[in-house]
Amino acid sequence: MGTSTRRSRRLMAVAAVAALATGLLAGCSKDSDSGSSNDGGGSGKGKTTLTIGTFGVFGYKQAGLYDEYMKLHPNISIKENVTTRTDVYWPKVLTRLQAGSGTDDVQAIEVGNITEAVQTQGSKFVDLGKDVDKSQWLDWKNAQATTKDGKLIGLGTDVGPMAICYRKDLFKKAGLEADRTKLAAQWKGDWAKYVDLGKEYMKKAPKGTKFVDSASSIYNAALGGASERYYDKSGNVIWDKSAGVKKAWDVAMSVATSNMSAKLKQFDKPWDQGYANASFATVACPAWMIGYIEQKSGDAGKGNWDVAAAPTASNWGGSFLGVPTAGKHQKEAIALAKWLTAPEQQAKVFAKQASFPSTPSAYANLKPAADTTAYFSDAPITQIFGDSAKTIPVQVFGIKDQPINTAITDVGILQVEQKGKSPSQGWDAATNEIKDVLGQ
Amino acid sequence: MKASPYAFIAPFFIIFGAFSLVPLLYTAWYSLHNVQLSSLDTQTWAGLDNYKNLLSSDFFWNALKNTFTIGLISTVPQLMAAIGLAHLLNYRLRGSTVWRVVMLTPYATSVAAATLVFTLLYSWDGGMINWLLHFVGIDPINWRESDWGSQFAVSSIVIWRWTGYNALIYLAAMQAIPTDLYESAAIDGANRWEQFRHVTIPQLRPTILFTVVVSTIGATQLFGEPLLFGGVSGSKGGSEHQYQTLGLYMYDQGWIIGNLGKASAIAWSMFLILMIIAVINLLFTRRLRKSQ
Repeated sequence: MGTSTRRSRRLMAVAAVAALATGLLAGCSKDSDSGSSNDGGGSGKGKTTLTIGTFGVFGYKQAGLYDEYMKLHPNISIKENVTTRTDVYWPKVLTRLQAGSGTDDVQAIEVGNITEAVQTQGSKFVDLGKDVDKSQWLDWKNAQATTKDGKLIGLGTDVGPMAICYRKDLFKKAGLEADRTKLAAQWKGDWAKYVDLGKEYMKKAPKGTKFVDSASSIYNAALGGASERYYDKSGNVIWDKSAGVKKAWDVAMSVATSNMSAKLKQFDKPWDQGYANASFATVACPAWMIGYIEQKSGDAGKGNWDVAAAPTASNWGGSFLGVPTAGKHQKEAIALAKWLTAPEQQAKVFAKQASFPSTPSAYANLKPAADTTAYFSDAPITQIFGDSAKTIPVQVFGIKDQPINTAITDVGILQVEQKGKSPSQGWDAATNEIKDVLGQ
Repeated sequence: MKASPYAFIAPFFIIFGAFSLVPLLYTAWYSLHNVQLSSLDTQTWAGLDNYKNLLSSDFFWNALKNTFTIGLISTVPQLMAAIGLAHLLNYRLRGSTVWRVVMLTPYATSVAAATLVFTLLYSWDGGMINWLLHFVGIDPINWRESDWGSQFAVSSIVIWRWTGYNALIYLAAMQAIPTDLYESAAIDGANRWEQFRHVTIPQLRPTILFTVVVSTIGATQLFGEPLLFGGVSGSKGGSEHQYQTLGLYMYDQGWIIGNLGKASAIAWSMFLILMIIAVINLLFTRRLRKSQ
């Protein structure tokens, strides 16, 4: 009797362990099919759950677009998987795309990664070209998401036309012109003129303020207007010979070496505090940053911020929506991506958080939120960003665009700005870094 | 047949195999190839190129040096403070449980939360530490970009988080020391300090060795604190890589730059370094045992 209980106990234990182990193994082998509740692909009465993977704040949820779509399509339910930072989001997407599982039904792609997606993941995305009227997007936006053999792997969401956001109150205190059209005329055509104005500002700068948040932001803004960046059209790295890079670097260097920068790193906590404390007078602002400025500057900034056209038409950021071929509900996913990127919906996102549409037909009746307009001193932001968006040059991106850019801004420029290195030392450091990035 | 012991340990080995051994071997395979994050399926044989590349790379040696110095300035003070604290807690104290719980709180805090708070404290403009320093007439320090300052700041986070944990381990070991040893020491005329030096420390030797090994492994793999301390593009470990550890360098190469082959080589180098440390430790322990 005694032995038999012991045996049965032992058997129980073995069974329990085996059950546990198989359970775990089953857990691994069945990769979560991105939360879809219905594997049958929309057949039957069950609801189809579509997942959409985004980063940062896309504003779809905030603008109520998911709810609206679900109301229009009662058999669809939408789940958004948000990752805050792109540098965390993108590697994850890359591995899942290649594993062919775990991707969301709709996957957002940032412009800095679109070339990598086009050149290396083209076959992992559905060709959306035949499902949409391509002419509704800006040509350069489509071009960025088109593969060599003509596949369109992403539908343009927003674009990032640049303007200069500035504090009127600080400009007045420094004895400078504060009118947006006159200011724009003063620096029109050349970022160097904008830097010159910064030098004027610093002569009589209100205590504790600087002209600009960081040298890197001016670098990004100036580079965003250059047709030549780090790669040429055939995909060769030309960053060290590129005229656009050289020009943007020189502007950034004159900012970094003339004590007009608050020396903040963008999207870092202290940068947020800089907005709240009004510690810098200008920031080169792409449209999507408008909502951020409003949020971080708070009530104290209301009516003190204004927007003027940037020295050159320039673009920073913007995204695409793609549909991975690994998705189980591709048809529904395409319909959703198409709907979200249609001009009407883009206009709704603009009304919510000023992300600027990539579809020109939306420009005619864009209305920013009333409190945003009031916040920025009734500046005609639709017109300012729209003018910029229409004249942005077609930019060629490359596979390692983002790490190269980080090497220049967060190694090269940062060393000059915060560690007091000379511009040539900064350039050498960036050069070494980029060589390491490229494996040279 | 005695199957049950094997069944009991099987889950560990199954999980270890699936999540540690296979990735480990796969990483070794990767480290001998050119693999890009964006094209995992096209691997071209590179032989030892990735390793050669590392040996000739300033970034690698810099990261190794940083890992070593940060490890040193975080581990040594941390373990010394832990012994001191444990010694104090070993006295009869009012509310000793409260003190012990308090000591363990930092360990229970997440790296992210702790680092976030420390980053604010060390903030260049308006951080509390610079504010305190200005009372003694020291100009604000740009902690994140300064060479030694950033390493000190990162170390302080590690020290804050791990001192209590080690103190508790020491305390447990101290309470296992028989009291008659202290009594006879006292009879021989040893004061408290001499008792600590000649009774406590020798008795703690195996425990100290254990904590040294664990801390060394932790220091070699240091990652979360410097990454989060750096904020945006924290994987660079500062503009001059002044606090880029091996872990950060690996992450930067693999996930930010997308060079998985090289990142794998870094991972294996870290593994080899740990093996070397383990061997040194083994020899050291043996000698220690023989001398006793």
